[in-house]
Amino acid sequence: MSAATPPLHLRSSTGRARRRRLVGRGMELLATLASVLAVALLAIVVASVIKEGAPALSWDFFTKAPAPFGQTNGGIANSIVGTALMTAMATAMALPAGVLIAIYNVEFAPPRVAEMVRLVLNVLAGVPTIVIGIFVYGLLVVGSGQSAAAASVALAILMLPLIARATEEVLALVPASLREAGLALGGTRARTVVRIILPTAVGGIVTSAIVAVARAAGETAPVLFTSSIVANLVSTDVHSALGSIPLSIYVNSESPSVHDQQQAWAAALVLLVFVLVLSIGGRLLSLRTRRQIERMR
Amino acid sequence: MSTVSEPDRVESADAAEQESTAEVVQNQSQANLGELAAKRTPVPVGDREVVLKLDDVTVSYSGSAAIKAVSMDVFRRHVTAFIGPSGCGKTTLLRSLNRMNDLVPGAIVDGTITYHGHDLYDAGVDPVEVRRRIGMVFQRPNPFPKSIFDNVAYGLRLHGMKDRLDERVESALLKTGLWDEVKDRLKSSALALSGGQQQRLCIARALAIEPEVVLMDEPASALDPIATQRIEDLIGELKDDYTIVIVTHNMQQAARVADMTAFFSVDVSAERGGRNGVLVEYAPTADLFIRPADPRTEAYVTGRFG
Repeated sequence: MSAATPPLHLRSSTGRARRRRLVGRGMELLATLASVLAVALLAIVVASVIKEGAPALSWDFFTKAPAPFGQTNGGIANSIVGTALMTAMATAMALPAGVLIAIYNVEFAPPRVAEMVRLVLNVLAGVPTIVIGIFVYGLLVVGSGQSAAAASVALAILMLPLIARATEEVLALVPASLREAGLALGGTRARTVVRIILPTAVGGIVTSAIVAVARAAGETAPVLFTSSIVANLVSTDVHSALGSIPLSIYVNSESPSVHDQQQAWAAALVLLVFVLVLSIGGRLLSLRTRRQIERMR
Repeated sequence: MSTVSEPDRVESADAAEQESTAEVVQNQSQANLGELAAKRTPVPVGDREVVLKLDDVTVSYSGSAAIKAVSMDVFRRHVTAFIGPSGCGKTTLLRSLNRMNDLVPGAIVDGTITYHGHDLYDAGVDPVEVRRRIGMVFQRPNPFPKSIFDNVAYGLRLHGMKDRLDERVESALLKTGLWDEVKDRLKSSALALSGGQQQRLCIARALAIEPEVVLMDEPASALDPIATQRIEDLIGELKDDYTIVIVTHNMQQAARVADMTAFFSVDVSAERGGRNGVLVEYAPTADLFIRPADPRTEAYVTGRFG
């Protein structure tokens, strides 16, 4: 080290350096606060729904139909059954169609066509659910009346792009070397898809369905037009309108009866827990699948 | 796009690492290479039966030729090695022999490749039928995420060879020397096997459907030296029943296993500044390594280039 070395300033003593450091700290703080806010929002929503809803939960709540106005000890069994039936039917329609679209896009479509289909799916995923509701209303309800079947069609339209896009992502993750191996053994493309690609990606496909179910189960607008004029009876007749959890939240919350309002909170809690469990479960399953596929690369 | 072939690019990440290992091996003495090659007993010319005949074959990706104007014969029950520097199109050429290039968008094969006199690229030819007879083993082991048994049985079920399924699976595993290692856990996942075992499983899977020709694209390049040795021994044994074409970066490997060796190089002088792979010399392995006819071959095998 020579004596001519100028003195070294490692401390931010100048004004400019201090300002830059402050701006940097400020940005970091803002970004951190924003993340904390997101977590806090979820925590507040969950906490308040638990606080208001938990006291009204009881065995009757899950097993009984709503009590007539003014009476207590009713439940939302009709809505739970309705939501279960409608999402099940919607899944039965949307899952095969969505998986086939994804297969077409990943395995068969020319790149340009695949790009187009992807665009259409993204637009469809962005269509407001009330629009889907009114579309199905015009298509299936006008003339023949409301039914759970019509509602499940609306939910299926909602689920289709979610399932197709998520499945496509998983299929694209399957290593090309497996496709090559299947084809090199003298398999056709279709055979390779059915025997190799789908079994490899099945975890991811199930995840996409779970996440779509969680979404559909909580939707109000599609059922509002198609399955909202309901009797307070537990029914499994899909040709008639059936209750649903989101709708019962809405109806009960509008009621002047305090008991009904508590029922609304409790129904909200049931729906929230259902959606959270599905979302978290789906995410864990998806992580597992992705890790398994990574191992093959 | 450059003339670097599509499949080469895909595998580049690992290939780079393996090439450096291969280079270490290549740097061994030239005498060694000659000695190895000299051990190859030349097959009498009269006994050769042509299985695959390449006539003026050019393979292009999106209009630029990855390998140009190759004419050569592949002989029955011979091991034929393709050697040459990276980017010379040897993998591309190999993949054109069982129409695996069909899968690469924009890939075009010009010239004719005949298999027992049948043009492989004739309009009516079903690539599935071609691949049934001309199997392939890839650079990296690619077992299906299924059980060991199901991996070998896959092709058998595919082609309706379901009679004596157990027997056929066992026989394929025996041929690759894997049977004793896996016979007690046929139902466990193939992904649990070591890399070398996985590659032998992939070879067993290819052999199970009784192809005539097996194409191998650097089958040992992802493996350690001991696993490599086993694969090489295996190739020597398989030669009695199968026709094998192997691409390798490793000249020692070619000298050890191949009866015939084709040396490919990159022709930089091509028009439009393109880089085309060309076949420089194709000869019995001993001749190619000990008495190369072309100065470019000599430069490559003596380590002065490549």
